[in-house]
Amino acid sequence: MNAVSAAAASAIPEAGFDWRPIALLAALALGALPLVGSPSTWVTLTVAGLAMGLIVFIIASGLTLVFGLMDVLNFGHGVFIAVGAFVATSVMGGMAGWTMSPQLLPNLGAIFVAMLAAMTVAGAIGFAFERVIVRPVYGQHLKQILITMGGMIVGEEIIKVIWGPQQIPLPLPESLRGAFLFGDAAIEKYRVLAVVVGLLVFAAMLWVLGRTKVGLLVRAGVQDREMVESLGYRIERLFTGVFVVGSALAGLGGVLWGLYQQSVVPQIGAQVNVLIFIVIIIGGLGSTLGCFVGALMVGLLANYTGFLAPKVALFSNIGLMVAVLLWRPQGLYPVTSR
Amino acid sequence: MNALNRLLSHDLPKSRWLAAALVLIVIALALAPFLFPGAKALSVAAKMLVFIVLVASFDLLLGYTGIVSFAHTMFFGIGAYGMAIASTRLGEGWFAVAAGLAAALAVSLLLSLVIGLFSLRVKAIFYAMITLAVAAAFQTLASQLSDFTGGEDGLSFKNPTLLSPSFEALAEPLFGLAIDGKVITYYLLFVAAALLFLLMLRIVNSPFGRVLQAIRENDFRAEAIGFRSVVYRTLSNVLAALFATVAGALLALWLRYTGPDTTLSFEIMLDILLIVVIGGMGTLYGAIVGSVLFVLAQNYLQDLLKLGATALEGVPLLGAVVTPDRWLLWLGVLFVLSVYHFPTGIVGRLRAARGADPR
Repeated sequence: MNAVSAAAASAIPEAGFDWRPIALLAALALGALPLVGSPSTWVTLTVAGLAMGLIVFIIASGLTLVFGLMDVLNFGHGVFIAVGAFVATSVMGGMAGWTMSPQLLPNLGAIFVAMLAAMTVAGAIGFAFERVIVRPVYGQHLKQILITMGGMIVGEEIIKVIWGPQQIPLPLPESLRGAFLFGDAAIEKYRVLAVVVGLLVFAAMLWVLGRTKVGLLVRAGVQDREMVESLGYRIERLFTGVFVVGSALAGLGGVLWGLYQQSVVPQIGAQVNVLIFIVIIIGGLGSTLGCFVGALMVGLLANYTGFLAPKVALFSNIGLMVAVLLWRPQGLYPVTSR
Repeated sequence: MNALNRLLSHDLPKSRWLAAALVLIVIALALAPFLFPGAKALSVAAKMLVFIVLVASFDLLLGYTGIVSFAHTMFFGIGAYGMAIASTRLGEGWFAVAAGLAAALAVSLLLSLVIGLFSLRVKAIFYAMITLAVAAAFQTLASQLSDFTGGEDGLSFKNPTLLSPSFEALAEPLFGLAIDGKVITYYLLFVAAALLFLLMLRIVNSPFGRVLQAIRENDFRAEAIGFRSVVYRTLSNVLAALFATVAGALLALWLRYTGPDTTLSFEIMLDILLIVVIGGMGTLYGAIVGSVLFVLAQNYLQDLLKLGATALEGVPLLGAVVTPDRWLLWLGVLFVLSVYHFPTGIVGRLRAARGADPR
């Protein structure tokens, strides 16, 4: 069932569903098992990789949707990640009573409130960003790249004005520290939370894109913008909506990423930018499913190589990108209209 | 006049104000050691020279060919590291300088050729993303190969005797200035920058340069006329990379040090982008005006903002906005405004003002 809607979300009018990228993902995970050796370590690494991959997916999904729908690549996407993470530091810092409590419920509550706040702020800024920065340069790629890059410079500096240029710690709430132990396999509690949130977001996206009218319009817009317009839908409004949602998701991803790193710096956006670009290139620009598979691949590979050969791990993303592009030059799930 | 015209490849400033500004800048840079005594002023002037070459080479790519690359600092870094590694391995001397430069040029040539052929066939956005990723990987590589590159600490090395600060060329000071190795290095940079700039001016005003501009304006049409745009784009990419490599080598000669922060960091990439756009895309003179203004702002605007900050000490938010540390904020705003309102930059503005001139 899931796979059917996934095929729909990937925006390819293909007859059959393309299983090979997903098979590759599974092969990657299983192939690492003999290399890692002990199964318990493998479980730990796999969960860590999935958690990282899902966080990256949340961040990158908005970017790839915006690109697919409106052919705008937002180099300033990183700002929303940073905004989300910094809002989380303020919110969770202000809710010390809930975060320090040893009970799980208030802890989750604090994270939930931080996520909501981060998404609201990032979404609102995304709205302004789309109106002021991106709208005047539709259809002009060169200017888009320059202007969104400029937006990122300004955004980063404004963050420094508000929160200061230094690194801010973002500690995990009490009950999310530490790990569950299953036999020998240690699974960090926070990573489980990240996996759950990531899967929820993915499921929600699939549902919206595959089962609702808005999703239908978005998918149709990715395929053929003029046709949607000529059928009487205001594609601009739709796009603003997608941009806001994409920014809000980046804000959410920023919270998760900040908690994952346990600290935030204003440059976080620029740092994550490279990673998410690699992910959406691997996935095929504009494809949601491709973004999902690509993000999981990047997350898994980063964790496996980090364990097996730490020096190589730093280049695993680039290596993966080159390998995928040699196999499929348009990415895992190419969007046919481009 | 005719000789000057030929020297500038018939691409004159075409604006009285621009010409005056350029003459002023050239005179100031040529006489900088005499006019502005002090180590800081000379370093600022040397940085301007290096940035003029670096930014002009980026303009070759962005302004003339319409390609956005984020890997330009990578080639800049290759030049600087080539110089540093050769000088530490082979011992200081002109041979090390030549070997380092040659090796760096060869590496840049290969790398830019591979990146170009691999990814210039596709859309501008794709190229921008690929280069961003490659540059990030290269930066990591440089900091990881610490045996070779000195890692995060970078490499300090010695220049050939003639260029080392302790070298005294003349027993007596000339016009009140002791001519030491530092001054000689400065003039080496000055001559090199001038030659490289004129060479680039020659390139963009050659038939080859016209093809690049045609591709920038409409690549489909250029292709239809019979120019293979991939070949021209790749050549432009390679040329830009080579010029950036030389700029990096010049910087290394000046600093006698190479590290990730001085050459490879993403901040420098953003600086280059800011300078090209604010100075003026598609005109090499923009690189001169832009670099000079930017480096001046980087080094002295902060002092100016400090004045503003002390004046606004009590005001809560406004005070934080004008602190000297936030100078990049204002430059970023200027950048965004200039992409919208005057995409041709300062130079384009000055030239347009001349068009309104009744002369």
